[in-house]
Amino acid sequence: MKLKDDFKKWLSYDLDLDEEPTMPEPIEFDDEAPEITIWHRLRQQGAHRKLYYVVAVICSAVLAFTLILTVSGMPRYGEDAEFMDTVTYEYLAHGMEYTGAVNIVSGIILEYRAFDTLGESFVLFCAVTCVLVLLRLDDEADSSAPSYHDLTHDIVLRRTARAIIPLIFVFGIYVLLNGHLSPGGGFSGGAVLGAGIILLSSAYGEEASGKFVTERTFRIVTTSALLFYCVGKSYTFYTGANGIETFIGNGRPGDILSAGLILPLNVAVGLVVACTMYGIYRMFKERRF
Amino acid sequence: MTPELTEILKISLLVLLVVAAVASSVMKKLVPALIVFTSFSLVMSVIWMLLESPDLAITEAAVGAGVSGVLFYMALKRMERIKREYIEKDGKAAPENDGEEDGCDNNETKG
Repeated sequence: MKLKDDFKKWLSYDLDLDEEPTMPEPIEFDDEAPEITIWHRLRQQGAHRKLYYVVAVICSAVLAFTLILTVSGMPRYGEDAEFMDTVTYEYLAHGMEYTGAVNIVSGIILEYRAFDTLGESFVLFCAVTCVLVLLRLDDEADSSAPSYHDLTHDIVLRRTARAIIPLIFVFGIYVLLNGHLSPGGGFSGGAVLGAGIILLSSAYGEEASGKFVTERTFRIVTTSALLFYCVGKSYTFYTGANGIETFIGNGRPGDILSAGLILPLNVAVGLVVACTMYGIYRMFKERRF
Repeated sequence: MTPELTEILKISLLVLLVVAAVASSVMKKLVPALIVFTSFSLVMSVIWMLLESPDLAITEAAVGAGVSGVLFYMALKRMERIKREYIEKDGKAAPENDGEEDGCDNNETKG
């Protein structure tokens, strides 16, 4: 049985070493031809390809089954479950006292779980780095080619953008700076700001958005925000773990200048997110800043 | 708003969510599927609001309904362009049945 042999070969890593892989038939594009479905494709490919599909389906099914089993073992939504939620109650009871943040979500993600948020910021940084590596044109590449997707002559887009861009920016900055007092925070505010800059760029061209983000500011802001996050949280982790007095106080909960490092960290995360959004958009659109 | 109205709103939003999710994955044309996906995010953000997590609602509205739609669209345009260049180099006619056509002219004249 060919499938079994292929499976054995696949297990011993020599599937493609012994024999030439059977190339699939070239798919003819024809307007009259019936639509090419996944079953047609399966029929044209070798058995080990089919094996990959089967293994993928089995893995997904096992994963989905495990996840559903886990979820079904959890207490129902809204039920009291002290044995699972002790951390939650601890956070809700003493969170404001320890972190100084009225918005407990910000307190959790930037104090208790600050390391996770640092990881998320670095994931964004890695994403934009990969996009830069893959898509960026060289400096000496021909820059006179017209932009292939230019909307700056669109009067509807321009008028609408003129009306709503100030509101978007004000809302984003409010969400960013007020993250420890009201719903929002670094990620949400940064995403709103990034969306606003993208809208500005698509409506008014890169001269307008270049006033906010150029490549130089992108580089400086992203790197320094991540560095500030690392240094600041290292400091508070070190002092907090060793019981050393710090000069960073929690302040009075509810003030704008309170909650220790949460406000500057929110700003740092928001700047990274906004720059990342705009950078990815820019790379996909023009392949340069 | 009375509790019954809230319940009706919740249920209709959830139904809309399921419809949008299924539709965006089975639709043939990619740009309409993208728009449906964006509407999925919009409905989801309203549901986050009803579930009393406004943090997630703001993020979902900004990222899901705003930025990711734009990024998907730019990626689709770039794929379209790569395919066109490849076909032009290959000398074959463009296959018309792939569904990325969206009526948006790209004013590029590449020889």
